[in-house]
Amino acid sequence: MSSFEIIVDGLWRAFEIILSGDPEIMGITMLSLRVSITATLLGAIAGIPLGYIIATKEFIGKSFVTAIINTFMGLPPVAVGLFVYLMLSSFGPLGFLRLLYTPEAMIIAQLILAFPIVCGITISSVMGLNPKLKETLTSLNAPTLWQARVLLNESRLGILTALIAAFGAAISEVGAIMMVGGNLLGYTRALTTAIMLYTSMGDFAIAIALGIILLLIAFAINIFLTVLQTKSRTKSSI
Amino acid sequence: MSGEAAVVFIELRNVTKKFGAIKAVENLDLAIHYKDFLAVVGPSGAGKSTLLRIIDCLESPTSGDLLMDGVNYEKIDKLSIRQRIGMVFQNPVVFNTSVYNNIAYSLRFRKVPDHVERKKVGDLLKRLQLINLQNRKAITLSGGEAQRVTLARVLVYDPQLLLLDEPTANLDPYNASIIEEALIEANREYGTTIVIVTHDIFQAKRLANKVAFMLDGKVVEYGDARSFFEKPSNPKTKAFIDGEIVY
Repeated sequence: MSSFEIIVDGLWRAFEIILSGDPEIMGITMLSLRVSITATLLGAIAGIPLGYIIATKEFIGKSFVTAIINTFMGLPPVAVGLFVYLMLSSFGPLGFLRLLYTPEAMIIAQLILAFPIVCGITISSVMGLNPKLKETLTSLNAPTLWQARVLLNESRLGILTALIAAFGAAISEVGAIMMVGGNLLGYTRALTTAIMLYTSMGDFAIAIALGIILLLIAFAINIFLTVLQTKSRTKSSI
Repeated sequence: MSGEAAVVFIELRNVTKKFGAIKAVENLDLAIHYKDFLAVVGPSGAGKSTLLRIIDCLESPTSGDLLMDGVNYEKIDKLSIRQRIGMVFQNPVVFNTSVYNNIAYSLRFRKVPDHVERKKVGDLLKRLQLINLQNRKAITLSGGEAQRVTLARVLVYDPQLLLLDEPTANLDPYNASIIEEALIEANREYGTTIVIVTHDIFQAKRLANKVAFMLDGKVVEYGDARSFFEKPSNPKTKAFIDGEIVY
């Protein structure tokens, strides 16, 4: 079979597999979604407030901290995987938690990748606002939390972009979760690690099916967040 | 003018503010009385805006003392000071929401009941002729309309002292007149003390009962508006009024 025939055959069988609702494929898909959505949400919970604080407060080393976060936005997943592996392995400082080769370890690895993306884009979004806005809020005597509410709302388009970028980085990542999850069938096998495995086994149909599912998920989530972005342009900020 | 008008509200004693080597305000003494409508005039770079920012705690003086009701600013927390002050900037900054929500914003974090909010905001929408714009997004307004919103957003919480930094600069006469009428009403009907920084001598003449002329960070002349314009005691003041000091 030529490469083209393999791809066409793979696509055909891929649609059959998807439409049949294969339990193994569904399990892999659901695990990928659970891990990446959790990591993105945790990244947002930590990254948005921290990004806001860094953007709005003046402190010594602010430029340095911002540069570090921006650098971490491009962390190599394999390096993150190695770091988390060393932390969680039986001889590591967090080995007692027994998290290695669990979905939780995969979430930790993706969180480390998602957090700087959310934090870094939040910093640039808030710092990109009109500086008179904060001064106006201060002059109106708005309490700190009310100021944050307005400033984050005014930065909401940038923050949604941060969530899109963070989720994209998490769902498409393979190196880190392979190292800390172990690609165990029915437990830690995610879409990306499964694609690698089936490709190496020469089972292109399943690999292509999983690739299509991965693309559809990424597309659906991006469409959802883009619609939110568009709506937020017309939504009240207070 | 009532006897209360003679009571000093804000006092600046020997206040200096430096930005690096530049002295924006130098050894400035000024007393603002309750119910005053004080116009601060002077050329660009005279320190007028810095004066307002110091009074609103947006800048700290390098030296000197500020007093509110005779109590040093240092002994009062900034939130309590700003609670009694409202400031309108030259370039209006509005929030990305409706005109109504912009005006109501200051009341919401002050936990004002809904029915009071509706009444106060409704009243200001009328006073500043914003009724037809109340549901419009404030960021889509013209500069003049946005400035009316920022004035309403401050007036809504009834500040005792209103600071205005060239609020009608670059505005068309229609918007400027609405703002001026609202200021006159706030001062005469509601007893709000007003300090307005303006380049416009005629605006100062129309609105103020007191005028301070600033030059190079100092108050060169300060006094009753009529005597200020008719019999200025300082030759520099006369030169400014006559248009001989270019700004």
